[in-house]
Amino acid sequence: MNTRALLSILAICLFALLASVSTPARAQDLQQAAKDLSSGDKAKVAAAVDLIAKSSDKTALALLEALAKDSLKVDTAGTPFAPGEGGSLSPVFGGDAKPVGALSTPMVDNRMRRQLEPALASLKLGFPDPQVRLSAAKDLAKSRNDDLAPLIRAAAAKETDPDIKTAMQMALAQTDLYGSDKQLKLAALGAIEAAADASYKVELERLTGKDASGKLNEPDDDVRRAAGAAVASIEVRALWLSVVSNLFYGLSLGSVLLLCALGLAITFGLMRVINMAHGELLMIGAYTTFAVQQFFQTYMPAHQDWYLIAAIPAAFIATAAIGMALERTVIRFLYGRPLETLLATWGISLILIQTVRLIFGAQNVAVANPSYLAGGIEVMPGFVLTYSRLAVIVFSSAVIGFVWFMLQKTPLGLHVRAVTQNRQMAAGIGIPTRRVDVWTFGIGSGVAGLGGVALSQLGNVGPELGQQYIVDSFMVVVLGGVGKLAGTLAGAFGLGVLNKLLEPAAGAVLGKIIILGFIILFIQRRPQGIFALKGRAAEAM
Amino acid sequence: MKSRYELVLAGLLASVGCKGPGETAPAATSAAPAASAVAAAPAATPKASDTGPIKVGILHSLSGTMAISETSLKDVALMTIDQINAAGGVKGRKLEPVVVDPASNWPLFAEKARELLQKEGVAVTFGCWTSVSRKSVLPVFEELNGLLFYPVQYEGEESSYNVFYTGAAPNQQAIPAVEYLMSKEGGAAKKWVLLGTDYVYPRTTNKILRYFLKQKGVAEADIMEEYTPFGHADYQTIVANVKKFAAGTPTAVVSTINGDSNVPFYKELANQGLKASDIPVVAFSVGEEELRGIDTKPLVGHLAAWNYFMSIENPENKKFIADWKAYVKAKNLPDGDKRVTNDPMEATYVGIKMWAQAVEQAGTTDVNAVRQAVGGQTVKAPSGFTLTMDGKNHHLHKPVYIAEIKGDGQFQVVWKTEGPIRAMPWSPFVPESAKKVADWSFPWVCGNCTEGKFKTDTATAGL
Repeated sequence: MNTRALLSILAICLFALLASVSTPARAQDLQQAAKDLSSGDKAKVAAAVDLIAKSSDKTALALLEALAKDSLKVDTAGTPFAPGEGGSLSPVFGGDAKPVGALSTPMVDNRMRRQLEPALASLKLGFPDPQVRLSAAKDLAKSRNDDLAPLIRAAAAKETDPDIKTAMQMALAQTDLYGSDKQLKLAALGAIEAAADASYKVELERLTGKDASGKLNEPDDDVRRAAGAAVASIEVRALWLSVVSNLFYGLSLGSVLLLCALGLAITFGLMRVINMAHGELLMIGAYTTFAVQQFFQTYMPAHQDWYLIAAIPAAFIATAAIGMALERTVIRFLYGRPLETLLATWGISLILIQTVRLIFGAQNVAVANPSYLAGGIEVMPGFVLTYSRLAVIVFSSAVIGFVWFMLQKTPLGLHVRAVTQNRQMAAGIGIPTRRVDVWTFGIGSGVAGLGGVALSQLGNVGPELGQQYIVDSFMVVVLGGVGKLAGTLAGAFGLGVLNKLLEPAAGAVLGKIIILGFIILFIQRRPQGIFALKGRAAEAM
Repeated sequence: MKSRYELVLAGLLASVGCKGPGETAPAATSAAPAASAVAAAPAATPKASDTGPIKVGILHSLSGTMAISETSLKDVALMTIDQINAAGGVKGRKLEPVVVDPASNWPLFAEKARELLQKEGVAVTFGCWTSVSRKSVLPVFEELNGLLFYPVQYEGEESSYNVFYTGAAPNQQAIPAVEYLMSKEGGAAKKWVLLGTDYVYPRTTNKILRYFLKQKGVAEADIMEEYTPFGHADYQTIVANVKKFAAGTPTAVVSTINGDSNVPFYKELANQGLKASDIPVVAFSVGEEELRGIDTKPLVGHLAAWNYFMSIENPENKKFIADWKAYVKAKNLPDGDKRVTNDPMEATYVGIKMWAQAVEQAGTTDVNAVRQAVGGQTVKAPSGFTLTMDGKNHHLHKPVYIAEIKGDGQFQVVWKTEGPIRAMPWSPFVPESAKKVADWSFPWVCGNCTEGKFKTDTATAGL
């Protein structure tokens, strides 16, 4: 009897409490808050966002989401509108009101974004879509939001998906770690240890350490032990992280170098043409990507994201055509005269730069990442594999596969190898050496164009793009061993990984200097590069 | 040009079997701060006739790497000169612009400056962008007693008798930006990443900022300073390090990354999931012109600090933009209606107007007379304030704006000063600079010294 009465009293209390928390803000208040959003008064706007977030009204999410996306419009009467399905504006509060007077967009700045992010996330915790819940929980775990903690705790209790539950516990740890409840504190430390989240390291070290007077910061042994364990797990993770991430960064830089140098490995490595215009072929590849993007934007905006796929053959064909034209008109008269070739191709590179400047302007042009290449996946906290970098690694493997196949498995490749090894003999058995030269140079240039497509996704596209990469390209080819594709591969990845292992310790500037010094020493010791040509071709050099 | 040289070398090395050390000259950018002596003004400037047009030099790179930025300054200078001529010129005399192209080649800047002063006999020169180019022409202007208006924000630690600085000194750009990021509104940053391209301007600015941060109680361990070579395109490691460094503490990045490296940097930031609301980046070299031609999606919410933004609303700016658009259209300049206005363009515009007013007041184009008259000139500027030229330190009083980048390549102002603030060319935060004084009035007559050149006893003796 007694317990029952107590329970019912408790239940009433709880109900009353819940009711007081979740009483929907009166619609009027909400509308007033929506009006305040465009007031321009920062304090007023902050209060309005707070009120809307706490209202748990179903329009609140729509309102805040539109605001965060910069798509919320407010008319002169203060009625908010957001673009609905199909992009036409409709009033956020329902009904069929038409905008009165001019529409304005409430200003969203970083301060507001910092406020909006947890607010939006808290509204999304109960969403059916696990992806949405996960990203909401992760957003909440970024900063400490004490007043949202009960809400998160309730959501975590209901959550069945282990990943989301972990993320929610991490969000709770933000509050619980600083609280006074020992059990919650231990739970928070457990979650931190499991996640090995480095952002707590400073606080954990404070917990395990002593203050200035030699007193322990944390009197409780259990908490201190748990904090120590969490620090250890964070340190182990950090070690792994630095090894794995540096290797990945090295591979990614190596694949960029490979894409830049592969074309040169053919024109310079196999054909011995010192092609100073190689960088400009990269640049033209990147500009072709831009042109294809513009074409898609104008003629098929619905499929805009696929421009990059279309740009690959387009860039190959465009640069191959330019390369072949160069070979026919200039370079074939200069075979065997390296210095003249060097000067002539340098001149060509200047002409190409200026031509592009005249056509596209001196300004850089904007090549956007397609949506499937923006962002990345977080393989562990603190280490994000970005899609664009992954794509470049995959793409460079595909390109080297293509070049290898072409050289080793096709009749043209056989001819190319024959001509580069012994021109007279090849001519003697009926190989049209002149025509093979044209094709080889064309393919080398085309591959450079493919490199340009990749570069357009990583950096900016401007007339001087090629200048940044030509020195690196020569470095890779010379280091790897002139005339050997495997050498170019080894040179590119070797330089990439070495650079990235040096960079954290020595800094970007010193790292580059050390690499250059290393190459000079290496080439002096071993002028033929990593992979040496053997036999007559080597002697003929 | 230098990279070309290296490149030929690389090619030669490759072709000739690669013997011999690959000697590459390091960029000689560490010129010492100009010690500008007053010098008994040599009257080397040829006297222009007092009735013909007044020659005005424009010294901006129209080719090479800096052409992207500097071409607009040349255009806006010509526009302003056109406007002055349309209104009847200066003292009834037309201005005649003499445009030369130093081609982004620093030594050539000095040669062209000499050519302008000695051969053309220009009354004044508007020009230079990079600090290296300014350091290169400085001795020429001082030797020949020329007059230069320099329109770009720079690292300070300089004041020349022959130069008027219409761009910002560090206390008019960098310091307020850092103060903003420290404030609650700006995110209350506790840790700082100073990121720059490796040359004079970022190194000096970061030196000043480091002293400043330390005075504000930021510990040495909470400052990370990183430099990258020119044209650096691979920011994976640096962004990952920033992330590691920032873990758990509000952090801000101060970027003096130059030119083309900005795009890969911001792209990497966005791809690794660092949003402006997590780690804001404030840049001192990213303006409207630099945002034109890049995909601004990854940049939204990041900050820039300048003394003028195209998006500022006031009648002067409206007119300035309308004039510029009309001029671009009339002259059929490349990129047409996509052209924007930016901070150095505004500074050029203000500089030319001030000089013209000073000539009116002095009644002559003589450098010594005009120099006296420029100090104290005021111009109602597009930045929304009436700006005054400081006759003592030759720097312009300027308002400071901090703004966030928007998706359309424009900026929205989130913070600004009450009004124009006075430049402090010698930073009070750097111990060895704090003692120095830039004051070209008596009894100092000095841009770089710790005691006045004109002694009081001689002054009283003269009375």
